[in-house]
Amino acid sequence: MLKATNINLSYGKRQILHGVDFAAQSGEFTAIVGPNGSGKTTLMKALIGEEEYSGEVILEGRNIATAKTWELAAVRGVLPQATALAFPFTVAEVVRLGLTSGVSAGRENLVGMALERVGLATYAGRLYQELSGGEQQRVQLARVLTQVWEPTAHGKPRWLFLDEPVSALDIGHQLVVMQIAQDFARAGGGVVAVMHDLNLTAMFCDSVALISQGQLMRQGTPSEVFCDELLSQAYHCAVRVNTPPASGTFLLPHAASLAAE
Amino acid sequence: MSTMTLDMAAPLEGDRSHKARLLMVALIGILAVSCVASLMVGASGVSLPEVMRTVLAGEALSMRDKVILMDIRMPRMVLGVLVGAALAVSGAVMQGLFRNPLADPGLVGVSAGAGLGAIVAIVLGGMLPAALATALGYYMVPLAAFMGSWASTMLLYRVATRKGRTSVATMLLAGIALAALVGALSGLLVYKADDAQLRTLTFWQMGSIAGATWAKVWTSAPLIVLALAATPFLARGLNGLALGEAAASHIGVPVQRVKNGAIVMVACAVGAAVAVSGGIGFVGIVVPHLLRLLSGPDHKYLLINSGLLGASLLLVADLISRVVIAPAELPIGIVTATIGGPFFLWILLRQRGLLGM
Repeated sequence: MLKATNINLSYGKRQILHGVDFAAQSGEFTAIVGPNGSGKTTLMKALIGEEEYSGEVILEGRNIATAKTWELAAVRGVLPQATALAFPFTVAEVVRLGLTSGVSAGRENLVGMALERVGLATYAGRLYQELSGGEQQRVQLARVLTQVWEPTAHGKPRWLFLDEPVSALDIGHQLVVMQIAQDFARAGGGVVAVMHDLNLTAMFCDSVALISQGQLMRQGTPSEVFCDELLSQAYHCAVRVNTPPASGTFLLPHAASLAAE
Repeated sequence: MSTMTLDMAAPLEGDRSHKARLLMVALIGILAVSCVASLMVGASGVSLPEVMRTVLAGEALSMRDKVILMDIRMPRMVLGVLVGAALAVSGAVMQGLFRNPLADPGLVGVSAGAGLGAIVAIVLGGMLPAALATALGYYMVPLAAFMGSWASTMLLYRVATRKGRTSVATMLLAGIALAALVGALSGLLVYKADDAQLRTLTFWQMGSIAGATWAKVWTSAPLIVLALAATPFLARGLNGLALGEAAASHIGVPVQRVKNGAIVMVACAVGAAVAVSGGIGFVGIVVPHLLRLLSGPDHKYLLINSGLLGASLLLVADLISRVVIAPAELPIGIVTATIGGPFFLWILLRQRGLLGM
């Protein structure tokens, strides 16, 4: 499992995270949600060790602050928000970088399989720099998937950390990517994603952490976290949560009371 | 049956490593031809076929032929190969490190830093305690050049890179500032130099491998060979760095070690090359760029192929410098700048959009 305790993080004098506790279980798809500037991406950066924090982050029994780079690369893959490349790599060459970690070294067949998984099987020979933002994002996801192709290894779960994985995508591909993440979790891996879209979160995620003003407001199942009052308070706008009998939870911003505010 | 063989024969689409390997074979051929040409062409009329015939017939070479071939053309060829490979591979490594196709030791002040080191050694070397100066011997200038290029690469990296991202503009401007500072310091030292030192400096600054001697080869070879031998270990890390420093570390690249290794490698190779050949520009930018166009940016092949093509390019440029105004010679720096200047402008035009300039 992933357990973060009492995470404080400051940029200069401005404190972004105030003593956040956060946990995610393997076998589950956990989302971090919250309004712009709430600190959800910053929390992600602490969880993957990209920013200096005080507190403790333990991933599968390892303190990530002291673990070796290659040890971490063997148990987790990280998808950044956007990646620009300085050189004209082809799509296949970018995905192949995922085999660098040593765990997947030499497994060239994973490249084609990962591209197939993200719906870009025919793109292998194209130049990465010439793709659209959404296509680039899916290529990067394929790269991360080759790194941790099996959701478990030696009986231990592996992890995917996804920073806004669907923000650049159309609705069709949003569903594809969310399904990939959910399948990874169902197969025993752990997934943590920063999410903007609350409806997709409600549809696919098992656990939701709601962050507001650098603090954890609540963590639980989508139905526990997504209630009118809490969301309206966090996002500073009126939100109505609907639960139609046939499908899961979905949310609507409530235009009428926006005006009242 | 037939589909199976087809599957096995077809490489993964978008994987250009087979192309890069073919290119490597071709480049080895080109380098061999360049080496032979470099031995054959010169102001005096020693012809290689004749020499070969003499040697094969079991006869002894004339003293004159032997001197020209073994003591003039051979060291010149070897020095050309070393310097060309050093400059081209350093260019490729710097571009990988800075994640920027415009990084070049000559353009961003690393060669200038090496030059300052060399000038300091030439002018102020006499002030060293005699015992130390004797111990360093011929190696004093290359070592000083190495320290100069190392300091400037470090400084440049510190200034131009923030949070793993390098700004093109900052890098180039910092390079200009560095070159200006180094130029001023060099000028100051030149002002202080005596007549004998001035002569040494002037010849050195022309940028040439014309005065090649075995002594020069032996002073530069250890640093350059060491640096080139280390580059294969950087390939995987530089590929990872293309994603950015954070993402590179997430795929298991020891980022800090790769960066330190790359900086020391560049400093060694550029320092040694500049110490013996002065400022030969543009090899480091032209060669890797051409190779990326031909077979992609995978550093596993790019670094080796850069070495091969850089060596050939320098030999060919040296040949041109010998032939154009024969029997006199042009400094080779003029030839590489004449080819490289327009080439650099062409890269700029092609990549304006991608580089955000």
